[in-house]
Amino acid sequence: MTDTNDDAIIRMFHVHKRYGAQFALQGMTLDIYKNELLFITGRSGAGKTTLLKLLYLGESVSEGQILVDGMNLSRIPRKRVPLLRRKFGIIFQDYKLIPTKTVFDNVALVLEAAGRKPGMIAKKVKSVLRTVGMEERMDAYPPSLSGGEQQRVAVARAAVGDPKIILADEPTGSLDEEAAGVIMAYLDTFHTRGATVIVATHDKELLKRANTRVVQLREGRMWPSVPT
Amino acid sequence: MKRFYRRAIKDILDNRFLTAITVITIALSIMIASAFALFFINAGDMLKLWQKGIRMMVYLGPDTSEAARLDTKFRLQDMADVKEAHYISKEDALARLKGQMQHHASLLENLRDNPLPEAFEVILQPGAHDSESMQFLAERIQSLPAVTEVEYGQQWIGRFTSIIKLFSLAGYAMGALFFTATVFIVANTIRLVLYTRREEIEIMRLVGATDRFIKIPFFLEGMIQGGLGSIVGLTLLLLGYLSLTSHFAPGMAGDMFQLRFFSATVCAGVVLSGIMVGWLGSWVSMKQFMKS
Repeated sequence: MTDTNDDAIIRMFHVHKRYGAQFALQGMTLDIYKNELLFITGRSGAGKTTLLKLLYLGESVSEGQILVDGMNLSRIPRKRVPLLRRKFGIIFQDYKLIPTKTVFDNVALVLEAAGRKPGMIAKKVKSVLRTVGMEERMDAYPPSLSGGEQQRVAVARAAVGDPKIILADEPTGSLDEEAAGVIMAYLDTFHTRGATVIVATHDKELLKRANTRVVQLREGRMWPSVPT
Repeated sequence: MKRFYRRAIKDILDNRFLTAITVITIALSIMIASAFALFFINAGDMLKLWQKGIRMMVYLGPDTSEAARLDTKFRLQDMADVKEAHYISKEDALARLKGQMQHHASLLENLRDNPLPEAFEVILQPGAHDSESMQFLAERIQSLPAVTEVEYGQQWIGRFTSIIKLFSLAGYAMGALFFTATVFIVANTIRLVLYTRREEIEIMRLVGATDRFIKIPFFLEGMIQGGLGSIVGLTLLLLGYLSLTSHFAPGMAGDMFQLRFFSATVCAGVVLSGIMVGWLGSWVSMKQFMKS
């Protein structure tokens, strides 16, 4: 790996996260580089989801510091948190789609929140739904979609704002092998287009196919990164 | 801003039941508070009208000479608050009394002497009908040598004014009570909506929505509910007023006193107050919710 510190889009320095007396993460020091495709793996409870949450300030660190695209998360005022979150496209383990909004509206929400114009929003949302093969179902409501379709909508929502970083928390966890392959192909596409993609997974099949850096967590501690 | 309105209206339509309850509650509160206000306005008008019609009766002593009577008349007419002073002789007074007691005329037929005193009927200047001015004028007239008594229904006017003041105070208190209650009702409704949609709000935050983006539609929702509630409340009050006037107005002293409804400006003020109540209710619940 020839990346330098200047190429790092995320830097973590001795990060600890505690819930009461229980450590979820301990002494994490990690650089994640621009346009990198990084896998974070480990058993359930190893701290993968916590690590992702720390990055978009879903949780705050107990000790240590995190820099995201030059922003120090320890010093970021509450008002600027939305600006930090717009740097990310997040795919949640449970999809987190709004059941009372259509597929189109769920995806459009990201651009509306960023204050984009309606004409631009419609064009962009249709384009990204086309990319994930969901344009035909843009008027459907999430509860009427299969798990694979919901995950594709979640991928579209994560990608629609052209974020610098895409975080995917167990993106294939509840999908069959074929649907999982489709989701990974989309993530590959967005990675190819320039995004940094961080995938938290314990899916061994997925990791076998990955030809990139893998960070392994055990009981909240980082094991040496394993190039595959 | 258009998209915020669209979201607010969509939320209202999605939560029709809660919205209907809020609008009805606001309407009832506005209607009751406005009914009180309407009563005070009309009672105040009535008091002013009655005060305008008030005449002061200035009674002279039994042995008042012609010169003293004329002197009293000139002095009365010189007083700033007096518009006119008409002399009423003992005979005129008896004739008036007979006119007023037509059904009991026999009582007066047997009188040997006319017991009624000579008097002046004093008509006041338009600006001198308040109870303080009248009391001051009455004291000045009372000090004239030929005058034995001045009468203008002072006790009755004093009592009526006190009652109106008491009702006004009660009205302000009830207005404040309804205002507070309505704010909390709107706040609770919005809070219920917020709780049913907390997951959606959390997702909005996670995708980078600012607090402003999340809050504005809820503020608009509260304001729309407040505005609608006050319009419905005023309409109900107007219907009640029309029904009341159609039943009772013909029996009232038609030309002298006319019941009136709020002016367009006051109606606009009531609707604006309703909108403000709605906004305040949303603000209270949003503040608590966003903190958590």
